[in-house]
Amino acid sequence: MSRDTELGHPWQRNSPPLRVTRRGALQAAASAMAFATTSAPSSQAQQAGASSIAAAENATIRLIVNGQPRTLSVDPRQSILDVLRETLDLTGTKKGCNAGACGACTVLLNGLRINSCLALAAMHDGAEITTIEGLAKGDTLHPLQEAFVEREGFQCGYCTPGQIMSGVACIAEGHARSPEEIKAWMSGNICRCGAYAGIVEAISDVAKGRSKL
Amino acid sequence: MIPFSLQKVANVEDAVAAATAGGRYIAGGTTLVDLMREEVEQPGRLVDINALPLKRIQVEGDDLVIGALVSMSDCAAHPDTQRLHPLISESLVEGASPQLRNLATIGGNLLQRVRCPYFRMLDAACNKRVPDSGCSAIDGYNGGHAVLGTSSHCIATHPSDLAVALVALDATMRVRGPNGERTFPVEELFRLPGSTPHLEHTLQPGELIIDVRVPGGRYATRARYLKVRDRSSYEFAVVSAAAALDIENGTVREARIACGGVGTKPWRMRACEQALAGQPANRDAFQRAAREAIVGAQARSGKAFKVELLPPTIVRALELARDET
Repeated sequence: MSRDTELGHPWQRNSPPLRVTRRGALQAAASAMAFATTSAPSSQAQQAGASSIAAAENATIRLIVNGQPRTLSVDPRQSILDVLRETLDLTGTKKGCNAGACGACTVLLNGLRINSCLALAAMHDGAEITTIEGLAKGDTLHPLQEAFVEREGFQCGYCTPGQIMSGVACIAEGHARSPEEIKAWMSGNICRCGAYAGIVEAISDVAKGRSKL
Repeated sequence: MIPFSLQKVANVEDAVAAATAGGRYIAGGTTLVDLMREEVEQPGRLVDINALPLKRIQVEGDDLVIGALVSMSDCAAHPDTQRLHPLISESLVEGASPQLRNLATIGGNLLQRVRCPYFRMLDAACNKRVPDSGCSAIDGYNGGHAVLGTSSHCIATHPSDLAVALVALDATMRVRGPNGERTFPVEELFRLPGSTPHLEHTLQPGELIIDVRVPGGRYATRARYLKVRDRSSYEFAVVSAAAALDIENGTVREARIACGGVGTKPWRMRACEQALAGQPANRDAFQRAAREAIVGAQARSGKAFKVELLPPTIVRALELARDET
C-alpha cells in the first residue's frame, strides 16, 4: 500500500499541500540533481524536532551489485530495495510489505541475508549486494534455482526471489539440516500460494547434495 | 517518509554530540525505518552509529559483556553467549526473522517500540504517539496487549524477547551521554506507561547504549526461553517465560523467572522466585509458585485468556529449564 500519494489519505489531512514525494525524489536522484525540500517548510518537518533540519541532501554511495561496482546518488530515504528496483532496474527483488514482515525483498548484503526494504542505501556505502539476478551464471541456473523448479517451490513466483536468496543463505549458514530446521530458519519468508512444502524440499535437496554452494 | 538528513559518526563522542543537538541514533534501523515510513516517527536528522566500535562480545571474569551494536544473529551464535547464557541465545533466535536478526542490534532491540496497531495507525487515538489523545486499544482490539503494568492511558505490551532474558538474568547496561557514563540494571531502562506512555524508557537525551553486562550464576546454564504465540515462528509473544534454575539434590536453590507478552515492560516474577526457593523441583511446586504471577493482573475484555495462559507457560518453562543438562 503506497503512502506516496500527495493528497487524499486521512493521515495526510494535516499535511501541507506541497510535499516532496518519494517518487519525485527518486526522479531527482536519478538525474543526479541536488535534492531540495520545498521552499515552504512543511509543518511535519517542523514537528520533527531538530532546530536545524537540513534539506535532505543526496548521498553519493558505491555499491557492488552482483559483482558490478555502481556509483549512485541516493536520497537518504531510499532503501536498498528502492535503489535495486527503481534506479538499477533490477526488478527481480520484490516489494511485498515494505515493512520487514514478508521477506520478498531478501537479498544478500556482504553475504548476509537481510530485508532490503529496511536497509537505507545511504547507510551501506561500499556494500556488496547479491540479488536473484546474480545467482545464475549465464544460462546456468544456480543449484537452488534448479531445485525450486524440480520441487515446485513456487506458484505465482512473487515470493520466490526472496525465498531463493534466503534459502541460499540458510544453507550457507548451516541451518538446513532438517525440515524442522529449515522451516524455523526460513520463517522470514512467507508464501501466500502456500508452496512451502516444495520450498523446504528444494532447500533440503541442495543442502544434502552439496557441501558448499 | 519525510525528508531527513543523515550523519555518519565514527566515535562515541561525536555520536553523543550529534544526538544532544537533536539527532536520532540509527543502527540496524529495523524499527526506526519501518516507523518512519509509517510517519509514526519523524526524525529530522539521523545519526548513523554503525561505525562505532561497539561490536565486541567479551568475557570479563564471570560476566558476559555484549556491545550495543552486536547484531542479534552474532550475539545468539557467539560461542561465549551459547556457553555462558544459552537463555540469551534462545531468546534472540526466537525473535524476529533471520533477515531481521542480521541487521538488528542488541541496543536497538531493547529500545524497539510497541506493536499495538493503534500506535502505528496515524488516525487512531494513541496516548503514546500523541499524548492525551486517548487509547483506542482499551475498548478495541486488545488481545495482544498487556495484563500487567497497565494504566488507563496505555496497555501496550513491550515486545522484546531479549529484554525478558536480560531482566531475568539481572543484566546491567552502560550508557554514555553528555553528562558522562552511567550503569544501571536493564530492568530500570523501561518505564511503566502510567499517565505518560509517550515516555518509554529512562535514557536521558543524547544517551547512547554502550554495552550490556550479564553476570554469571549457577542458574545460568539450566535456563530456557519459552515463547507461546499464534504461529510457531516469526511472531510476537502472546505469553513468554524465561526460566533459570539452580537445583541441588532435586531442590531449587534459586530461580530466575521473567515474562514477556504480558507486561507493559519485561516482567520479573520475584514472588514466583521466592515461592520456589527451597522447594522440590517438581510440577506441584512449580504450579504453586506460578500462581503468584497473576496477582494483580488486569484481564480486560480480549485478554482474560492471557491471564489463564501465564501460569502454565511459566510451569512449562520451569520444567524445560529443570530438564536441561
